[in-house]
Amino acid sequence: MITPFQIACKNLLRKKVRTCLTLVGIMLSTWVMVSLFGFNEGYEKALNRDIENMGYQLMVMAKGCPYEAATMMLQGGKGLRYMEQSMVNDIIKEPEVEKVTPILMQAYFDPNKGESGGIAGYFGVDPASYPAMKPFFRFRAGGWFHDPAAAEVVMGYEAAELEQREVGDLTLVPEKNVQLKVVGILERTGTQDDGTIFVPLKKLQQIAGTDKITTVGIKVKKDADMAKLETKLYQLKDVQVVSFSQVKQTILKLIATARVMVLSIAIVAILIAMVGVINTVLMSVLERVQEIGILKTMGAMPGDIFLLVWTETLIICSVGGIAGIGFALLFARVTDILVRRILPYAPGGGLVAINARMSLLTLGTIVAVGLLSGLYPAWRAGRVRPLESIRREG
Amino acid sequence: MTVSDVLLEARDLTRLYTRGSEAIRAVDGVSLTIRRGEFVSFMGRSGSGKTTLVNLLGCLDNPTGGELDLAGRKIFGEGKPLGERDLTRVRRELFGYIFQNFYLIHTLTVRENVALPLAFYRKAGVEDEVERLLKMLGMEHRMDHLPGQISGGEMQRVAIARALVNRPEILLADEPTGNLDTKRSEEIGDILQELNRNGALTIIMVSHNPDLARLGGRRIEMRDGRAYES
Repeated sequence: MITPFQIACKNLLRKKVRTCLTLVGIMLSTWVMVSLFGFNEGYEKALNRDIENMGYQLMVMAKGCPYEAATMMLQGGKGLRYMEQSMVNDIIKEPEVEKVTPILMQAYFDPNKGESGGIAGYFGVDPASYPAMKPFFRFRAGGWFHDPAAAEVVMGYEAAELEQREVGDLTLVPEKNVQLKVVGILERTGTQDDGTIFVPLKKLQQIAGTDKITTVGIKVKKDADMAKLETKLYQLKDVQVVSFSQVKQTILKLIATARVMVLSIAIVAILIAMVGVINTVLMSVLERVQEIGILKTMGAMPGDIFLLVWTETLIICSVGGIAGIGFALLFARVTDILVRRILPYAPGGGLVAINARMSLLTLGTIVAVGLLSGLYPAWRAGRVRPLESIRREG
Repeated sequence: MTVSDVLLEARDLTRLYTRGSEAIRAVDGVSLTIRRGEFVSFMGRSGSGKTTLVNLLGCLDNPTGGELDLAGRKIFGEGKPLGERDLTRVRRELFGYIFQNFYLIHTLTVRENVALPLAFYRKAGVEDEVERLLKMLGMEHRMDHLPGQISGGEMQRVAIARALVNRPEILLADEPTGNLDTKRSEEIGDILQELNRNGALTIIMVSHNPDLARLGGRRIEMRDGRAYES
């Protein structure tokens, strides 16, 4: 026995090209939608991960633009101002502070990096306090520095991959021509740390020809009043305080504009796809008026015909939607690369995080909008009178 | 003739159309009675009103006046036209239809075409009717063929099987051989006669073909919307 579902499937297969084109339209819309939702979630997660993996919630640095400074801190860059290392002693006295670590950031132009050279970022970190801030670091090979002023480096996973370094290799600091020995390579963290080269603070100060630092990372005690601490830190001379939660909010605000644009494109794509659905199903109904009339002489109620045509819409939208989700999952990495090229700042790790909940939500949205689009053609089909179809034979 | 023998009774059935300011009486006060098991042929020239009358008798259209009783139930005559749902209910209970153009669905096999009405409505005990009817009509070897792979005569056999799958009381045939050559027309005529004689099926047929119309035990000629027994 044949079921209405089988009839609907066979109806769709009559005009294969038209059905396929409609499916492609739905698939593309779903792909864009899922990727957008995935980006919305993934970007924030990646940003949170980057910030959490900093190991500290506050940074104190010499006065300047705090957000630029924070971005440089995350991404690497030149032009940071310096402050006295003794600042660490003032900060640690505050009761809200659990740990502090002094950092010197340096960036040198490496002509061998990339196609036309690039910036190599070096983090001068204190071997006594910095590892404690990053207890989640795991070494792929080797370990931390052997002494506080050793001519050694610990490389992030991607930095080591990029430079093809192994533990025991020597690496040259560009511009300065100082050789350092690789003593440790970190496991992948999915954050900016993957691209960082860590050097003992004293050694980097020696290379840079300074006894100052650029930043103090502060880990705040659990349940401490962060706002109060920020106010107190602002009393220190010529410093600015950067809270990563503020940085995150600012970056998210900047990204919101891009999100709105992409969402607008997704909505337009959905509307176009839905017009495609209406066109396909309506054309199919108009082409089958006689046949629908004959189905009614066989005992099909208007509701049966309505459901039959609606089932066709449901099939198109479900198949197109599932294919779109499949493509979004399959090409999430490509989307990630494209998004990274567009965005001014992209945190480490995956930017597009697609999960089952958002996939189902998108599929539900596509099917719901599709069924809405199918209402009119289905209603038209339900109203066909058998006599009209018989008269049409002329 | 007992009351229970009467399957269809039309009284003063009228169908009026308007074309601009002109009123056309396509069916003009036709009264007739059809008993169970009768084979009634309607003949007449084009525009004589035979198809319009059969459409009214087959509940494919509402009359503008008059009454129609089917199987003891009053269908038309309550003063207001029946909606599509009500007409469908009557049709699926009582009628099977075949048409000149067969109206088979070309993406469905012969078996699926015959089973198609059962997707929407199924009377009790008709589960095996698809195979039985196709065998009875000599189409068992074509069950899995598509309509495009069979001849016109075979297509009409499939259409007959489809019309009968829900065991209707009345088979309504509108020019069933209009698209067939003489040999195929005779074959279809024989099948209809067989169904009427051995299956006790009531048949209402419209045909231009006098040979086919002669198969009916009762012939009614339509002229200017009026029915004349011949």
